[in-house]
Amino acid sequence: MAQATAAETHAHQHHGPQGILKYVWSTDHKIIAMQYLFTGMFMGAVGGLMAYVFRMQLAFPGISVPGYGVVSPGEYNSLVTSHGSIMIFWVAMPVLIAAFGNYLIPLMIGADDMVFPRVNRLSYQVFLVSAILILASQFVGGGAFGGAWTSYPPLSANAEYNLTPAGATLWLLAVALEFVAFLLGGINFIVTLMNSRAPGMKAYDIPLVAWMIVIASILFMLSVGPLIAGAVMLLFDQTLGTGFYDPARGGDPILWQHLFWFFGHPEVYVVLLPAIGIVIEIVATFARKKLFGYKIMLYTAVATGVLSFFVWAHHQFIAGIDPRMANVFTVTTLLISVPIAELLFVIIATLYGGSITFTTPMLWALAFIAEFLIGGVTGIFLGASGSDIYLHDTYFVLAHFHYTFFPIAIIGAFAALTYWFPKMFGRMMSERLGKIHFWGTVIPFNFIFIPLFVLGLAGHHRRIYNFNNFPELVPYRYLDVMATAALIVMLLFQIPFFWNLLHSIRKGPAAGRNPWRSNTLEWTTDSPPPHGNWPVDELPKVYRGPYEYAHPDRAEDYWPQNLPS
Amino acid sequence: MVERLIQQASSFAHSIDGLILLIMVLVGFWFLLAEVVFFWLIWRFRAKPGVKSEYITGKEKHLKRWITIPHALVLVCDVFIIVGAVQVWYNVKQQLPPADTTVRIIGQQWAWVFQHPGLDNQLDTGDDIWTTDDLYVSDDKTYHFQLTSRDVLHSFSVPVFRLKQDAVPGRTITGWFHPTVAGTFDIQCAEICGIGHGVMAGRIHVQATDEHAAWIALNSSHTAQ
Repeated sequence: MAQATAAETHAHQHHGPQGILKYVWSTDHKIIAMQYLFTGMFMGAVGGLMAYVFRMQLAFPGISVPGYGVVSPGEYNSLVTSHGSIMIFWVAMPVLIAAFGNYLIPLMIGADDMVFPRVNRLSYQVFLVSAILILASQFVGGGAFGGAWTSYPPLSANAEYNLTPAGATLWLLAVALEFVAFLLGGINFIVTLMNSRAPGMKAYDIPLVAWMIVIASILFMLSVGPLIAGAVMLLFDQTLGTGFYDPARGGDPILWQHLFWFFGHPEVYVVLLPAIGIVIEIVATFARKKLFGYKIMLYTAVATGVLSFFVWAHHQFIAGIDPRMANVFTVTTLLISVPIAELLFVIIATLYGGSITFTTPMLWALAFIAEFLIGGVTGIFLGASGSDIYLHDTYFVLAHFHYTFFPIAIIGAFAALTYWFPKMFGRMMSERLGKIHFWGTVIPFNFIFIPLFVLGLAGHHRRIYNFNNFPELVPYRYLDVMATAALIVMLLFQIPFFWNLLHSIRKGPAAGRNPWRSNTLEWTTDSPPPHGNWPVDELPKVYRGPYEYAHPDRAEDYWPQNLPS
Repeated sequence: MVERLIQQASSFAHSIDGLILLIMVLVGFWFLLAEVVFFWLIWRFRAKPGVKSEYITGKEKHLKRWITIPHALVLVCDVFIIVGAVQVWYNVKQQLPPADTTVRIIGQQWAWVFQHPGLDNQLDTGDDIWTTDDLYVSDDKTYHFQLTSRDVLHSFSVPVFRLKQDAVPGRTITGWFHPTVAGTFDIQCAEICGIGHGVMAGRIHVQATDEHAAWIALNSSHTAQ
């Protein structure tokens, strides 16, 4: 079946659109991946600049922010809400899952395209509409929604409370459409991995990044249903005046929190697992090491996914749920530290006995481990009900999840982009600029969020427009200034990246098929791969697992999956 | 550790800070160990000319130990943290010590409304004292609070007490605190509640016994008519 689909797709592409339309109306998984990648990068720039505006307001309350102007309290709320929503739904998910999932899955399993190429195209188009909606919501009357990315009712349900009648509904529609896009994409990833693998590629021969993206897609599909139901009810509350979340009419505002976090916590692992997969591929390649325990990794990822469905109420310890319930969720939440620690231990153990070269992608991958560890351990303070009483909704929470999401969505994405760039564009990026960008991003990152941990411990709550209203917090204002200064430095260091990207796409040295001497199948075709990925009669066959580096029976220190013994 | 950043002013503040310290020590140990091993491995196994990497599958029992033993130890640490967390949680949130006085706290966009009992120490009688954004309590009494909201979610947070509880419209949530230090402290709203969320600042005035009794007597008579 896979072969038949493949042949049809191939035929279709030759009759497909030409010229510029080829890039906007393509069903080629590689083009769709780039559409997702560049849209995600654009949204990332938007989200980053939003952070600049509200961090300036936090450090220097009331200042006219250069390039923006004075930030009103309503605008401040809209900015933090849009920043959070955009970074998770329009940056982390499209870049890590959709862009790299689309690009890598067919190439890594030796298929010529996704199983449902037109569904794939539809997925991006729906996603693009959702991105346009969330951007458009910034400019409607009343301003963009300002009720935080978690959108708790009754604030989100009633325009009398949130004062953003159009913004709140547009936000909800945009998020719902984004979910549709990822459901369409996820179906494709799962079916493609199951059905279109190269002859000889058994379950344990699949590169782990492909597994991780598919496990993430499954988690997403299983968790998003309740939230979509919840979103429809919220939409009705907003537009038709129903009372699903209105206690005065028999509704319950806490219901939304359960539906939201039943999705929201697995969502963390939806973006974490692809990033872990990316790091595995890069660490194995540049340590020239077989992964320490392929099956441990795979099953631990599955276990993490299963456990992630039983932890959601740790976001709600003090929300008014039955206090006895907090004890159950403390236990499940702390238990999830075990598989997460194990994922990291396996990657760290893989370094043992390696021969490590510090290319730019490897630096990003190693930074992921070093920084994500901080995000992981600080989660324990919040998962433990007793300490969460104090730390809930403080800057400690904010710093904690930025130490998870930043390694995932920014460090992980840069790792992937610098590693697969030669394959995507056929040219090498500048290592020198890459390293300047790396250090210029990772060092300021710590100077943004370490101070915010301290602010959180000192009792600063989130989403507060001007801390000078709270006398106890005024002595710590210098930490806000430090964080803002570090953010500006980090944003400026993105300039070398964009220059490197744009320059290398056109003028970088030719990469050849396999510049990193890696094993997986994407490196066995041309860079960039042609339509159909391999010539029709040369689709690869697989003889071994993906991480056979430095095998004792072989003189070369790598052993591509497609070479007969 | 937390008390060095912000003072402790309630009977349970030290136990919450103690739990944070316990977690800090346990996870701090693991964190430092992992980072040290990680950076040591990176340094030790950096590429050197002529040295090939080793072929280790991780399937052998004696190698798997490197994963399974830390795995078990992490689990043991988790058990300690769970026991500590549940203990603190039980004392602060799950059980309710008998109250000397009960106050009502109402969140609304964007102010805190407080209902103090008057001289009769009963809520909902004619001598109740109503205030906005200023809560007056005595430093030697156990208080119950009845928390609710008139519109959207709010969260009543007194950082020096280490106290926080969401206010939910349509429900009354009862909790408790026992102030231990006289002084005036911040009340923050800890749940986004609209454009005025950032200015929803209250103050809690913890008064010495006599001072508080005088305040009650003065204001109770004013509002009683």
